[in-house]
Amino acid sequence: MANKYSLGIDVGSTTVKTVITDSENNIIYSKYQRHFSKVKETVTDQLMMIRGNYPDEEFSVCITGSAGLGFANSAGIPFVQEVHAAFLAVKEKQPDADAVIELGGEDAKIIFLTGGVEQRMNGTCAGGTGAFIDQMATLLGITSDQLDELSLHAQKVYPIASRCGVFAKSDIQPLLNQGARREDIAASIFQAVVDQTVSGLAQGRSIEGKVLFLGGPLFFLRGLRKAFVKTLALDDENAVFPEEAPVFVAYGCALYAAKSSDSCTIASVLEKIADAKASDNIVTGEPLFASQAEYDDFIDRHKKFDLGYADIRTYKGDAYLGIDAGSTTTKLVLITGDGRILYHHYSSNLGQPLDKIADQVKKIYAELNPDITIKGSAVTGYGEDLIKAGLSVDHGIVETVAHFKAASYFCPDVDFIIDIGGQDIKCFKIKNHSIDSIMLNEACSSGCGSFIQTFAMALGYDISEFSQLGLFAEHPVDLGSRCTVFMNSSVKQAQKDGATVEDISAGLSSSIIKNAIYKVIRAKSPDELGKNIVVQGGTFLNDAVLRSFEKELGRNVIRPAISGLMGAFGCALYSMEKASGEKSTLISKEELDEFSYTSKAAQCGGCTANCQLNIISFGKGRRFISGNRCEKGGGAAKRNTIPNLYEYKHDSIVNVCKSGQPKRPIATVGLPLALGFYEQLPFWHTLFTSLGFRTICSDESSRDMYYLGQHTIPSDTVCYPAKLAHGHIENLLDKGADFIFYPCMSYNIDEGDSDNHFNCPVVAYYPELLLANNPRLNGKNFLHPYMDLNVRKNVIRVLSETLKKYNVKGRIPAAVDNAYDALNRYHAQVAAKAREIITQAKDEGRKIIVLAGRPYHIDKEINHGIHKLITSLGMAVVTEDSVAHLAHTPKLGVLNQWTYHSRLYRAAKYVTTQPDMQLVQLVSFGCGIDAVTGDEVREILESGGKLYTQLKIDEINNLGAARIRLRSLVAAMDNS
Amino acid sequence: MPEYAKFTEDMIKTHTILVPDMLPIHFKLLIKIFGSYGYKMELLQNDSRAVIDEGLKNVHNDACYPALLVIGQFMDALKSGKYDPDKTALLITQTGGGCRASNYIHLLRKAVDRNFPQVPVVSLNFSGLEKDSGFRITAPIFIKLLYAILYGDLLMTCYNKCRAYEVNKGESKKMLDKWQNRIGNIFRSKSKLYLKTKKVYNDILNDFSSIELSSEKKIRVGIVGEIYVKYSPLANNHLEDFLISEGCEPVVPSLLEFVMYCAAAVFNNASIYDKHTVTSTVEKAAYKLIYAKQKELIEVMKQNGNFDPPHDFEHLRKLADKYINQGVVMGEGWLIPAEMAALAQSGVENIICAQPFGCLPNHIVAKGMSRAIKEANPNANIVPIDYDPGATRVNQENRIKLMLANARL
Repeated sequence: MANKYSLGIDVGSTTVKTVITDSENNIIYSKYQRHFSKVKETVTDQLMMIRGNYPDEEFSVCITGSAGLGFANSAGIPFVQEVHAAFLAVKEKQPDADAVIELGGEDAKIIFLTGGVEQRMNGTCAGGTGAFIDQMATLLGITSDQLDELSLHAQKVYPIASRCGVFAKSDIQPLLNQGARREDIAASIFQAVVDQTVSGLAQGRSIEGKVLFLGGPLFFLRGLRKAFVKTLALDDENAVFPEEAPVFVAYGCALYAAKSSDSCTIASVLEKIADAKASDNIVTGEPLFASQAEYDDFIDRHKKFDLGYADIRTYKGDAYLGIDAGSTTTKLVLITGDGRILYHHYSSNLGQPLDKIADQVKKIYAELNPDITIKGSAVTGYGEDLIKAGLSVDHGIVETVAHFKAASYFCPDVDFIIDIGGQDIKCFKIKNHSIDSIMLNEACSSGCGSFIQTFAMALGYDISEFSQLGLFAEHPVDLGSRCTVFMNSSVKQAQKDGATVEDISAGLSSSIIKNAIYKVIRAKSPDELGKNIVVQGGTFLNDAVLRSFEKELGRNVIRPAISGLMGAFGCALYSMEKASGEKSTLISKEELDEFSYTSKAAQCGGCTANCQLNIISFGKGRRFISGNRCEKGGGAAKRNTIPNLYEYKHDSIVNVCKSGQPKRPIATVGLPLALGFYEQLPFWHTLFTSLGFRTICSDESSRDMYYLGQHTIPSDTVCYPAKLAHGHIENLLDKGADFIFYPCMSYNIDEGDSDNHFNCPVVAYYPELLLANNPRLNGKNFLHPYMDLNVRKNVIRVLSETLKKYNVKGRIPAAVDNAYDALNRYHAQVAAKAREIITQAKDEGRKIIVLAGRPYHIDKEINHGIHKLITSLGMAVVTEDSVAHLAHTPKLGVLNQWTYHSRLYRAAKYVTTQPDMQLVQLVSFGCGIDAVTGDEVREILESGGKLYTQLKIDEINNLGAARIRLRSLVAAMDNS
Repeated sequence: MPEYAKFTEDMIKTHTILVPDMLPIHFKLLIKIFGSYGYKMELLQNDSRAVIDEGLKNVHNDACYPALLVIGQFMDALKSGKYDPDKTALLITQTGGGCRASNYIHLLRKAVDRNFPQVPVVSLNFSGLEKDSGFRITAPIFIKLLYAILYGDLLMTCYNKCRAYEVNKGESKKMLDKWQNRIGNIFRSKSKLYLKTKKVYNDILNDFSSIELSSEKKIRVGIVGEIYVKYSPLANNHLEDFLISEGCEPVVPSLLEFVMYCAAAVFNNASIYDKHTVTSTVEKAAYKLIYAKQKELIEVMKQNGNFDPPHDFEHLRKLADKYINQGVVMGEGWLIPAEMAALAQSGVENIICAQPFGCLPNHIVAKGMSRAIKEANPNANIVPIDYDPGATRVNQENRIKLMLANARL
């Protein structure tokens, strides 16, 4: 006889679910509970409860879930993969469903049931789902239920990077700091989750028919459900949210168990779990402190670096206010003329930096001795512009300058400063008392303070308590040093393997440090950092992090007691330096009492970029506009006339197809404005029009263009420029060309001065991928012949074969020659324009930036207007290809074998010969080749006394991080 | 830029050359062959977390995982104190081509130069790169290496099958060890027995056929992917062992296919781009010779009948044409879709595509071609698994388990 009862235990990344079924597969018991990473305890609790209810019954038992695998193995209990468990449950409960979407704590899954069963789950790099929503709620200082409530009152949705939690976070934080409505952000967060699921998982297979939604987040969050239903255009009948959704997988697990013949009592299961040994494959390091005495010495040593204090109620004289409106925290200091602290404040901004700071300034005014005059004020950080406008602060300065000022106060001979804040890691090398080079973390590796904090909260600890735990951990776990998403799953794995909270706390500290040293600084040895190292930022207040840093470097460093306030302190010092003797312009006590603001979303119509604006009105006609990429939307009246080669190149390329068309074309050929076409378009346009074809080009890229092709993208980690190509193909198909022409080319044009002249694999062969993944393409409407533009006879032969049916063979050689001429002409024009720009800039005494990337980086959707940001800082912009021919390749330590990349080396070399030039490298996220070029370009520049700045770009729209880097670069150039 | 330490002829006598743990079965044969020419070589097997940490320290973290691991493994070995840096050299394979993998040797040299400037790096390549090195692949060595690949492939195939089904645990491993030794000795002896492939193949096949196997039906799982991650247990978290523990039979395509793919790339490119040269003619001739050897091996294996022979390479090329042009030659290029299709065709429908996270060619040839292959082979169950210093084993194994659940549907 079959067992009467079956027990399914679903151990997810954040919750434990248990379900008991009877022999008719009915659920007779279920329980859903968060485990706060105490997996074993939670499972045991639930089983004890079940034992209470069914003391003598026997059960078939099975475990499922992302955290269940290791657990089941070590306890010797059967395991079923969770997607499969969900599949079984659906078959039983909702047999007519066509597709299932299940979101869990850390996984997203889709099961297609109709038309070939297929079960899919997200890859490794697709962080947030449930945990992501929790993290975002934490960022806003609310619960996920409150987040849900907010989202229901949204007016608009901001584009938020949907690929990975870290990206989304770096999109959201600046929005918060610019004062965007929290309701809108809440809805945007949910939309990001939807986009990620739909694009990352469905990958071309459309989700239609009756869709079943499962998992905790989809059950509890109405806003998320709404977003899914809307995006998938489902009606009520076809969007099914079953009541048992939270325990659905556990139910499937019980069904799986029912098929087994083994059965046992709960008591014996409990025994197995109690006996389960943690696997011994966790790697551990040395304890941070061997003894209490060692710790005490450490504390004493760092105590020396502190400031004096003065009483704000009794002090008389001048004072200076510094504000650091950071990404997650708000810092203020008020100091006396001799550097004593009158008032200081450090707290999380809870997504409302302006309110927080206004409150603090009110507090200062309330306590301030009437005999104190605030003579100056300055603000820095993500919220700089907003705070400066809202509270009439005297100066706004870039963070790097603020931190350098503060560090020099404690250590005038400082060689190296490292600041780890909530979201940023900033490091600068100091040479001759000025900033020599700056290193900032990339959007993808923001393994910083906020990560530890979110993690501490997830485990139910206060941050300081959590870090304290790590100090004397005996076996700090090695968690790797990649991005936070990866670290998150490393932590989970360590927990499953039985690491204690203490070990994890210490391990996290060490991960943050390793990330900073090896990934951000890219230090090859501690000596590179110099003798006098000052560490600062809120994260270094954490003794475990500080100690990990000292241990990893093998030397002692200086941590000022006001470590977390250094940015604000630097601002105060700056305003003191700049003080003219007049009173500060800072908002007065009276004005502040009446201070209020409203924020409103709008769209800029200044140009085709259609930036999403956020307008904050402070009353009396004062307002602050953010979200704009150029000065147009910001309300500035004057037109920017600073020369910009990106604009010139872009305009030249997009206008290519607008002229030279034959009167009576033999056919229309579509050319996608993507990847290599951004350079070779003049060639192909001229070739085809010379042969009597009409050419049409796809429209300029935009976010909508990306969405248009999103469903045909098979690899979610490929670079954004490649992803955009999918939209261009759809666009061309809609426009109705007779065929689309997109050649494959292993080789690019040989420009000499390099070891070889390949295209990167993506540029070389992307047409193959497009053809294989877009069902609308076929061998007739999509021609992608292989050819080598260096070999004229090859081009002629291949084209003759490809265009055979048009009978143009005899005209091909002449057309090819025309095409080469057109391409050469284009290159010559770009070079001439560059000369003109450089001459003009030199005449005007302007600095020049070589914004070095690839031809396709002139696409506005790819560069997000970074070139405009540079001109708005008063510098002229030229491109890498326009100056590469002005220098020879220096001797390199790597193989120089890609045409586009080899230009970077020559452009960098050229920059080192020009006193008024700097190079900024644009790197598309996911470009593996730039992992090779980046270090090499940096070496060329640094050996020539130049700064190296790299900007990583992706679909992220927000230029906050780029702005900081560029302004720091300007500050460093001004200093040297 | 510094001048890197060169490997001089004198060093053959004085230095130990460390070999990365890429293809454990094949590289052990390679070491024996070089040993018979006076080279001292040692296969590295250190695979602690320190390997990854050294990699992260010494290689740009966005560089691909194989580079990070190979370099990490070398640095960890050099720092272990086990080897005298004045008497140690490092060996790395080099393929050339438009993939960033061509840069491994340069990245390794950069890393070594910073810590152990005296340690020379030698390149194992068949394209005549690095001509100024004292480490030379002479014609006799070249021939022997080719035979080592053939024998290594056969051992790998027999071993993978036998250990999945063996009744007496450990028997297959013993057989493998025995044959690795024996083939090593064959290469060393003056008898030229290694040239008598038919005989040696048959001896191997008969020996492995004598292992008692269970008749249990198991899920057969093909492994394709980036060459290093596909073969190296260090890189793929012991993927073959995991599959065996899950009750599957791992089916790993042979190394010879990759070698032939590289050879074919040269003459294919010549005809695609109208660039015929002496090299392309020579490669074509070499290809024909190798292909004849592959045909012979296939014939012998068919006669034996107990093991699946490798995919006929000309058949692979024809299969590739259905999905992708043979002009796709960066990384593993068209070979990956061809192997996936061949596996699916031969009934190995469950396929793991093992690749480094963010591998550029694999965007096109692996993830990019899966859809087309699944359309043509509706039962193909392909799962790409990314390997990376931060990717956790649990995460990878969970995805493989999902694939297996699909397989059992």
